Amino acid sequence: MRTRRLTAGLTLTLVAALILFDAARSAPLDRFKAPPLIALGSGQAAGGAHCAALPREAARR
Amino acid sequence: MTVAAETGGAAAPTASVLTRAGLVAGALALALLVAGYAGGRYGLLLLIGLGFGIVLEGFRFGFAGPWRALITRRDPSGTLAQLVSIGLVALVAFPILDGAGGTVIGAHAPVGFAMVAGAFVFGAAMQVVMGCGSGTLVNAGSGNPVSLMALPFFALGSFAGAYHLLWWTSLGTLPVVVFEGTTGLLITLGALGAVAALLLALAAPGTRRIPRRLWIAAALLAGLAILNLVVAGQPWGVVYGLGLWAAKGASALGMDLSGSGFWGTPGNVERVADSLLTDVTSLTNLGIIGGAFLVAVWRSGLGQGLPDLPARAWVATIIAGFLLGYASRLAFGCNVGAFFSGISTGSLHGWAWFVAAFGGAFVGVRLRPLLGLEGRR
Repeated sequence: MRTRRLTAGLTLTLVAALILFDAARSAPLDRFKAPPLIALGSGQAAGGAHCAALPREAARR
Repeated sequence: MTVAAETGGAAAPTASVLTRAGLVAGALALALLVAGYAGGRYGLLLLIGLGFGIVLEGFRFGFAGPWRALITRRDPSGTLAQLVSIGLVALVAFPILDGAGGTVIGAHAPVGFAMVAGAFVFGAAMQVVMGCGSGTLVNAGSGNPVSLMALPFFALGSFAGAYHLLWWTSLGTLPVVVFEGTTGLLITLGALGAVAALLLALAAPGTRRIPRRLWIAAALLAGLAILNLVVAGQPWGVVYGLGLWAAKGASALGMDLSGSGFWGTPGNVERVADSLLTDVTSLTNLGIIGGAFLVAVWRSGLGQGLPDLPARAWVATIIAGFLLGYASRLAFGCNVGAFFSGISTGSLHGWAWFVAAFGGAFVGVRLRPLLGLEGRR
């Protein structure tokens, strides 16, 4: 009988494929350009790549 | 979120100490690798995501299931636990947002026609597949075949919904309304208390208490959500990351995203070009999948047989998966980004989402058996 081992394995395979695909296409990682460990109090503005974020251009309309 | 407990009885085999040690070591090694190659914040966010997955799966803390229990059995225990967790986050998030000076933002979005309609559709779709934003990730990680099928279409829907977002918001959107400061916190906590009181008043006898495991889960989830806010500078979210994964695929296939008022903006162009190991919601999403897998293996819960569903159930899963993604972008978030994070950071749209999605859940509960998805084990 087929079990969840098959589907959980498929999920992990898809995740691994996604990460490898992305690593091959995206800008190289540079840990020296990484932001501070904690955003709070870092002095850097929050990025805003969030589900609730409306692009600023639209928000101004 | 899974039936791991059902397979974790006396007869079920348990994972060996070596297996469990390997799981923990593997998870820590992955987080260290991300920290080493991408940066400490990103490694920490992967750990937070793993924590979300472990808590959600380990304590069977969900969103879709408790709403279903509330609708079908007038059992409010799971929904009350959600309100407790949201309230705990609000207690910490409001002061943080007040004093963060722009380094931390809330999940603030406008209420509008499309936002309300999107939340309604999301509420219905999440009852059809019995998986919300976080639930689909958790269930896929623990080997639920319906969620595994829904997940890629969720991502495609999220991408498409974001692509069209500005057209939808142009149909009618109010200014963003945010409850802030001590007054805002008191309004939020008062409203959460009022909803809890209403649920308790309507509850079936014998259901008016939150089980211990859900108290613990609510507190742990709140702690992780606060950590997410402090470390990332933004609240816990899910659907942005899923849409981003599809956007990267679309870009790789040669699709020009500059025509989209959403994906064509400088911030999102940068997100599509940069590694997903530097994207907040992608990291926590990956962590949720990994954390749920870890718990499933820990409990030896992967031996459960796969269900034999009719073809119409798989078609319904694909359509509902796409709708979950598309509708959650119109609604400015799912049960996590809008309901949990929106309310806990003071956004009115979180409350509008709650009302509309709960209305949709009534429809979804009735649709589910008609689509052949009822009685799935």
